[in-house]
Amino acid sequence: MIEAINLSKRFQDKKRGEVRAVDDVSFICRPGEIYGLLGANGAGKTTTLRMLATILEPTDGTARLCGHDIVEHPERVRANCGFLSTATALYPRLTAQEMVEYFGMLNGLDSATLKKRINEIFERLDMNDFRDRRCDKLSTGMKQKTSIARTLVHDPPVMIFDEPTLGLDIMTARTIIDFIRECRDRGKTVIFSTHVMREVEKLCDIVGIIQGGKMLAEGTLEQLRQRHGENDLEEIFVKIVTPHYATQEKT
Amino acid sequence: MSLRNIGVVYRKELTEALRDRRTLITTFLVPLLMIPLLGSGFVAVMSAVMGNAKKEKPKVMIVGGTDSPALLEALRKYPKMTIVATQTDWRNQIIEKDIRAAIEVPPGFDENLEKGKAGTITINIYGGEIKAELAAGYLESYLKEYRDGITVKRLEANHLPGELLKPFDVKRQSIASPEKEAAAFVGGIISYMLILMCLQGAMSPAIDLTAGEKERGTMETILSSPISRTHLVLGKFLLVLTTALTTTLLLLVSVSVSSSALQNSRVLDQLSDEGQPPPHFSLGPKAIGSVVIMAIPLSVLFASGLMTIALFAKSHKEAQSYIAPLMFVVIIPAIAAMIPGVDLTPKLAIVPLLNVSLLCKELVAGDYHWNLIAIIFVSSCVYAAAALYLAVKMFQRESVLFRS
Repeated sequence: MIEAINLSKRFQDKKRGEVRAVDDVSFICRPGEIYGLLGANGAGKTTTLRMLATILEPTDGTARLCGHDIVEHPERVRANCGFLSTATALYPRLTAQEMVEYFGMLNGLDSATLKKRINEIFERLDMNDFRDRRCDKLSTGMKQKTSIARTLVHDPPVMIFDEPTLGLDIMTARTIIDFIRECRDRGKTVIFSTHVMREVEKLCDIVGIIQGGKMLAEGTLEQLRQRHGENDLEEIFVKIVTPHYATQEKT
Repeated sequence: MSLRNIGVVYRKELTEALRDRRTLITTFLVPLLMIPLLGSGFVAVMSAVMGNAKKEKPKVMIVGGTDSPALLEALRKYPKMTIVATQTDWRNQIIEKDIRAAIEVPPGFDENLEKGKAGTITINIYGGEIKAELAAGYLESYLKEYRDGITVKRLEANHLPGELLKPFDVKRQSIASPEKEAAAFVGGIISYMLILMCLQGAMSPAIDLTAGEKERGTMETILSSPISRTHLVLGKFLLVLTTALTTTLLLLVSVSVSSSALQNSRVLDQLSDEGQPPPHFSLGPKAIGSVVIMAIPLSVLFASGLMTIALFAKSHKEAQSYIAPLMFVVIIPAIAAMIPGVDLTPKLAIVPLLNVSLLCKELVAGDYHWNLIAIIFVSSCVYAAAALYLAVKMFQRESVLFRS
């Protein structure tokens, strides 16, 4: 369960002055559901998700993951979530297994549990062929699998994906999409950000449309279609975002 | 504070460091091979140059003096030089280094000598050139001997004892042990190398573990794990500290091994005057032990200082360009300590880096001023703690971690 409560992030920019990257955003995302955060580049998706993963601290508001407050107990929050983005790279000089082991240990797993978990995950993701190969010698697909294994090693109830398919080829992107779906089917709370409409249509139970740091619309795909009288998600998105996009460009 | 988490980070960083060629080279190869090779090479070349200069029989020209056969006779008897035929372009020949010196004898020298107003004999040389200086030195003392000989003869002719010339003798004698005599020189070099190597050893991993992590995109990965940022930076710091200390330790071991090898070879003989023992170069275990203890706060200071700076950078390259000017800043106190006359005082004992450099000089000489050592150790620890605190604080700042 994720509850974002008036989550805000401001920072100072030399040229633009104060920037509200995320502005008073609230939403709820429940176990067994995929929440899709849809927005253009620079809309505030990454900042929102980084705050949920406690990589950044909110300037105002807060959020709770599995009941743990992201400001008060960031370490507990991180122990309960897995964070994956195209920016979360692997340590090039560690082997795939060492990489996953490292994160298992950081999550406080004892060596017996860790060994069991790793064997399980490597079996399931079909990673045994390259478990002792260094990460800088892995193909993109193998790297993605290793990253997935890294987020799964402590079996977190919440999964956060920040544009997980950005820049990946179709086959690798598909591995990720299947994995996200699998997370939901296992009853995990899943939130992911994207600007690809197809992914939202395929995966999301609830969609939040974000622009200029503000949450502009939220609901199931069906609700959005009814509310805006359009069938195509792209049309709905453009209809919602355009007025705000124009004002943002002007200022 | 969870030691387990710090240990997990440390072990992982150690695994990676041992697989990083750059770190391996600066930690092991440079202190174990390059520094001793360069150092002994330098000393050997210096010694060889001195030896050659001493072996050379300088060519000397005598200008004038044709009317003074007695002086010429005496000069010809001098075994340490070869007299070449007089030519008018002797100035040029000195400049071209064809001859080392030209002795200018004033006209009517022998004759005027009898009258007691012989004038001045000038030794012309190319000043500053080591072989010419040596030749001039020999000539000078030989001519003084000749002069004294004449004086003694005259005294005896007047039935006066020759001792009248020298009512007393003056001699110089050093009572410092050989270690102390060489200390200023060796200690200066050791402290210079210590500071340089300590910085070198910390540099590569300090950059790799901060800016390198940002550049490779693993910073966000590690920040999403439950480990606290303080534990993370402490684990990283310990690894940087390890490499800095390893580098320093290996340097000291290799310097002491290569210096005692140098001592036992005949290479150094040329560096001292005839009949004197060669300068003392080797380091005792006590001096090494003391230097190592001083290297600990120094390494902490460098490790955390470099990490703080490198964390600002977004890439390895950027970090290097921040750190390059720092090298010069750090080297200045090390060089200052080599200046003769700059000695350890309670005031200088709190100047960072300079204090450790000066102390090295004293420790190598075998002087242990415990009160100053305590001041230096404590003040170095204070600086080191401040730098480490800064590094930890820096790791909490989003604007530094996610600088774009």
